[in-house]
Amino acid sequence: MTHSSEQREHAVPRDQTAPSEPPDDRFHRALLDDVHPPTWTNPKSKDKYNLVIIGAGPGGVTAAREAAALGAKVALIERNFIGGDRLNVGCIPSKAIIRTARLYAEMRNAGNVGAQVPDDIAIGFPNVMERMRRVQARLSRSDSARRLSESGVDVYFGEARFAGPDTVEVAGGKLRFRKALIATGARPLTPPIPGLAEAGYLTNENVFNLTECPRRLLVIGGGPLGCELAQAFCRFGAHVIIAQDDPMFLPGEERDAAQLLSDSLARDSVETHLNTSVVAVRSEGTQKVVDLVCAGDKFSVTVDEVLAGIGRAPNVEGMNLEAAGVRYDTEKGIHVDDFLRTSNRRIYAAGDVCLEYKFTHAAEASARIAVRNALFLGRKRLSALTIPWCTYTDPEIAHIGLYVREARESGIPVTTFTILMHDVDRAVTDGEEDGFVKIHVRQGSDRILGATVVARHAGEMINGISLAITSGIGLSALARVIHTYPTQADAIKMAAKAYNRTRLTPFVKSLTGRWLAWRRR
Amino acid sequence: MADTSRAGSPCSIAVVGFALSCYPVGVERGWMARADAASRTLVTLRFFCDSEQSEQPDATGHKGFYYHFLDMKTGQRVWQSEVSLIDTTLLLAGVLTASVYFDKETQVENEIRERAAAIYGRIDWQWARGGVATVRQGWKPESGFIHYGWDGYDEAIILYVLGLASPTHPLPEHCYIGWTATYQWENIYDYEFLYAGPLFIHHYSQAWIDFSGIRDRFMREKKSDYFENSRRAINVQREYARRNPFSFKGYGKDCWGITANDGPGFKTLKIGGRERSFLGYAARGVPYGPDDGTIDPCAAVASLPFAPEPSLLALRHFCARYPDMIRGDRLPSSFNPTLPGNGPSGWISEGYFGLDQGIIVLMIENYRSRLIWKLMRQCPHIDKGLRRAGFTGGWLS
Repeated sequence: MTHSSEQREHAVPRDQTAPSEPPDDRFHRALLDDVHPPTWTNPKSKDKYNLVIIGAGPGGVTAAREAAALGAKVALIERNFIGGDRLNVGCIPSKAIIRTARLYAEMRNAGNVGAQVPDDIAIGFPNVMERMRRVQARLSRSDSARRLSESGVDVYFGEARFAGPDTVEVAGGKLRFRKALIATGARPLTPPIPGLAEAGYLTNENVFNLTECPRRLLVIGGGPLGCELAQAFCRFGAHVIIAQDDPMFLPGEERDAAQLLSDSLARDSVETHLNTSVVAVRSEGTQKVVDLVCAGDKFSVTVDEVLAGIGRAPNVEGMNLEAAGVRYDTEKGIHVDDFLRTSNRRIYAAGDVCLEYKFTHAAEASARIAVRNALFLGRKRLSALTIPWCTYTDPEIAHIGLYVREARESGIPVTTFTILMHDVDRAVTDGEEDGFVKIHVRQGSDRILGATVVARHAGEMINGISLAITSGIGLSALARVIHTYPTQADAIKMAAKAYNRTRLTPFVKSLTGRWLAWRRR
Repeated sequence: MADTSRAGSPCSIAVVGFALSCYPVGVERGWMARADAASRTLVTLRFFCDSEQSEQPDATGHKGFYYHFLDMKTGQRVWQSEVSLIDTTLLLAGVLTASVYFDKETQVENEIRERAAAIYGRIDWQWARGGVATVRQGWKPESGFIHYGWDGYDEAIILYVLGLASPTHPLPEHCYIGWTATYQWENIYDYEFLYAGPLFIHHYSQAWIDFSGIRDRFMREKKSDYFENSRRAINVQREYARRNPFSFKGYGKDCWGITANDGPGFKTLKIGGRERSFLGYAARGVPYGPDDGTIDPCAAVASLPFAPEPSLLALRHFCARYPDMIRGDRLPSSFNPTLPGNGPSGWISEGYFGLDQGIIVLMIENYRSRLIWKLMRQCPHIDKGLRRAGFTGGWLS
């Protein structure tokens, strides 16, 4: 069942873009108490630090904890909130509301699994957002300023600014360091669209402050953020329009994955305009009129809010990187080598500020490498990491390793073993048959080069393949791993068994047949 | 030549290409006189030779390519359609078929060959790349090149062959390599093949070119060829229909043909307690979809050269189980038994589509006599294009 007009009536028209702060409720106050305590006093240390970390997002916190646990004297500087995008304006709030949105979709589609569709599916958007804040407050406890301080990390709040190659200024004080790590993350890119800034728009930095669901929402960009939030808000009853410059969603992903996502968004009644550019925005009363162009055809849509999700820009400004001799640019961020070292040998970088792959887990993994290399003369390489990622739409789209195109460009012949989720018993019993597992191996071997999973729980499933790649386990060996039955991850074993069947050539089959015939004598 | 038999249908240049290729079949089968076929062919070639080529939005074409749809009377662009590279290619395939078949030293047949050479020579294939490595899908005077490129295996293989063989503006060889870089060799249902979802992709280029036994670099690597690949794609279609994961009515090992075709229209209905979403004209495919239960009987019949037995079994099944869809001895573009109609076929596409009728004629003839394949083997441009694309072996040896 798709959204009905009754459900949309629960959405309320808005006349302005989201407030810059979340509602001042007990959950938000509890969050603040952990991530930026109002009464916090910065430490006063005149000793040189082994490691000064700028930015307390996932990378910075990981680095601080690891270094402190190893006995280093560590300073962690944050200008806003500990936890960075992940906790405050990224993964955590988005996954919290996506969970609720998924439940609404399941209620509407209850008939597909033999359940009764509830008579009245009322959307309580304020409750959705309150739960989100509750989740944020709960998850903020583990890395609160106090917990970090208790674990031996000197936590400073304030703007960090290099005063030289081995000195950082923060909140009026100077911190001298032996090594430093820049982990300042990234922020949403501002689309260069005439009138957008004047009309006001949402990004991941303010969309979670909404207390009412926009009745009509235009999402600019069909990347992971745009698709996830478009689907979620549509399921909350908003009429959602996506305008995507490219001819497909998720342009970096496999074509078939993007196609399945396209079909799924259509089922949710997301109005899709692919190959379409937003060329102008203007306010008309309480509404925003957006001009679009598709293959030369111009048209306009009227919405209550515009959400921009076109990418992210590294946070490199304001740190006086020149004084530290750290090279950077505003597009790719801080320049690092494969050991994550910057042009200043004392200073390293990790996470979104320097990586192409801007994910929490990539930030954490890179921070670990940077700490080892900075403090213990390590030679760990960034290029040695195999980083999976997932777009949390429904179905989810997860990937690891090489795409077929990348492998072929490197001259590697590829065979892909594909299992459709509609052939997986548990997916059928769950009524979650959309999707596939594709595992790419080097032709003629079982060496796994990469994989894409499209499934309701693809983010969970990809981890098994990630383990195999990281451990050098081939696809044939995966067939010998006993998987619990029935699970959706059984699709991975099915792909492995499909590989093994290709080893049973007519010659091998004739040999085994002769052997068995001989045994019957 | 109209796109469909429906009232008001414009001309489809691709259907013209199929029609030009069907005339030799008609002559050889005794359905029409050679002079009549030659006369019809010449009229067509004169039009495409002499019609306006310019950046004007109501021209017939630009840079030697033609708009996808043209007015049946004036020959001008309609529906704000794009200058279509693949449809021009299919038209050109028909033009070249005619130029090979009509080989007599008569005034009419001489002019056919001259006009064909002029049409081919005028096409600016290098322009069609739009400054990038591979060929674009189309161009519009209002907005320039269409954003979409050709990506992954599709019906464009003949486009590259003819582009590479151009006597005047040939594509560079690396264009073809760039296009094949997006190929995906997949093991699905235990069949290993070069994946493409809609069945027509496995047919169209092979209506003219006999790919049996000849291999490009990719197929040498996979120890297969495109002919064999189509056979495997048909097996995947049959297996998908047998498994019928979405429980569409009628699907089975002898009832398949999921491809780009007409459909019931974009709507969602509850049928038998289950919500079903239907599509209009769309590129349906297996196994990733989209699939709405619409079956194209023409696609199954067009599979005859690659998989004669399954194809004939399907045709017999269609005739026995769904006689209501066969009107005037012709197969419709599609039918959908899942969507209730007036008979067992359920929803039936109205009228007939030129592409469906054309591919059936060419593929049946290729199965019976290999006529079109034999003709095109004699076409020096096909030979040159295949070699420049890296094909070797088989009949190219």
